[in-house]
Amino acid sequence: MPTGALIAGVHEFPERKTARSALEIQALAARAALEDAGLALKDVDGYFTAAGSGGLGPLPVLDYLNLHPRYVDGTTIGGASFVAHVHHAAAAIAQGRCRVALVTYGSTPRSQGIAVGTRGRTAGDYLDQFEAIYGTSTVGLYALVAQRHIHEYGTTGAQLAAVAVACRRHAGRNPVAFYRDPITIEDVLRSPMISSPLHLLDCCVITDGGGAVVVVHPDLARDLAKRPVAVLAATEAVAHTAAGKRDYLVSAAAQTGPRALGEAGVRHGDVDLAMIYDSFTITVLVTLEDLGFCPKGEGGRFVEDGRLGPGGALPINTDGGGLSSNHPGMRGIFLVIEAVRQLRGECGERQVPKARLAVVHGTGGALGTRHSGATLVLART
Amino acid sequence: MSPSAKPLPEITPESRPFWEACRRHELLIQRCRACGAAQYYPRGVCAHCWSADLAWEPSRGRGTVYTYTVTHRSQAAGFKDELPYVLAWVELAEGLQVLTNLVECDPGHVAIGMPVEVTFEDVTPELSIPRFRPTARPGDAGGGDAVLPR
Ligand SMILES: [Zn+2]
Repeated sequence: MPTGALIAGVHEFPERKTARSALEIQALAARAALEDAGLALKDVDGYFTAAGSGGLGPLPVLDYLNLHPRYVDGTTIGGASFVAHVHHAAAAIAQGRCRVALVTYGSTPRSQGIAVGTRGRTAGDYLDQFEAIYGTSTVGLYALVAQRHIHEYGTTGAQLAAVAVACRRHAGRNPVAFYRDPITIEDVLRSPMISSPLHLLDCCVITDGGGAVVVVHPDLARDLAKRPVAVLAATEAVAHTAAGKRDYLVSAAAQTGPRALGEAGVRHGDVDLAMIYDSFTITVLVTLEDLGFCPKGEGGRFVEDGRLGPGGALPINTDGGGLSSNHPGMRGIFLVIEAVRQLRGECGERQVPKARLAVVHGTGGALGTRHSGATLVLART
Repeated sequence: MSPSAKPLPEITPESRPFWEACRRHELLIQRCRACGAAQYYPRGVCAHCWSADLAWEPSRGRGTVYTYTVTHRSQAAGFKDELPYVLAWVELAEGLQVLTNLVECDPGHVAIGMPVEVTFEDVTPELSIPRFRPTARPGDAGGGDAVLPR
């Protein structure tokens, strides 16, 4: 059953390296997204973010924005968080808990010099005594899945690289993408190995950035500045070490994909574009399989023919994705923003012709230990 | 940077028996007395039925590589001087997956399916960390357990 909720306004903060603070980025993005929606600050009565700090979740951001919502959600499940927030906002709106839900994100790892993918952890949390002591890094934990995929299905490094090449081709059409120069499969394979089999160009960029999304009750449709986008389906799931017995090639998307497409009542062939969380090339390959765009194990062959690039049968990450455009640590909100802009036909040179239906899938955490997945199906109204 | 700059486990009451066994160079898994299921990592309840009635039992410490990665770049404290190092999921003969390092082998020769056995690094007088190495062949110095099938 469709959620009924609408996405009324979006904004992506355009700078990839900035002197502004994470809070300032969120304030500027919130103002621009509300303006995009044709709504005012006083209309906001629900607030969602994973960008808070100090163990207080959204409280510092609410203080900075001087908001007093009647519904607050600080769900933090890594990069999928902001996709999950749209899910939670749609549920809260359906329940009458709020009518205008604001989601914001801002983060500045590039200007702070934080190596998001290769930094280790300290052995602080209970689980770290069995994991961080072995030199785990985000890249390494995704690489574990890539290595197993290669072993199990004969996937090649060139097939993984094809995902990065497709995203870079899209990025070339996005004026604010971090990297825009075309790359080849050889470029990816010749880039330095970070954690085998993942090379530097199999990994997302590290940028500053942020954005905001406004989700509203369907009653508000007529009051909006632009034609809103419908949230046809919203789902989430987790996958973890499962007490020591886990098939690490199956991601949370295997649960969210069938549920989301079923809820929306659409088939894979109806989907015009997909925004697939691309922390690493392997993330995209596994997600496409588990969402059901191709049979399990055939992701390598599915991505290698240019299908994901501009003009392909299933364009993904048309902004350039985390691999080329923007990844400040958690990328989920940009998936939603770009999908909405595509469905409103606002993407200029990178516009997917006649885009009516988009699948958005966020992945958070680490594929090789524990992660979250959140899937939305969005439609032009 | 010395190896001791690596993060050390913060041992808690629920994990203490595991780490005390490691100090004796013994790898423990847990088995639930209520439902019979085994689990790794150790915890205060059975992950299958949430019973708190858990028994510790020794693992044979043998298994195969389920998957691995050779880490060439890492900011992980204490590991920067050991690059490249191998992070792996090892599947124990008891059917449980253990996240670990593979040691005493050429990272270039690691393969999925490779038989491995536990080895313990004495990090401090109180603490030994389990890692895995390729299973020694019969006749290798200090190697092997001739009774166990390979
Ligand atoms: Zn049990």
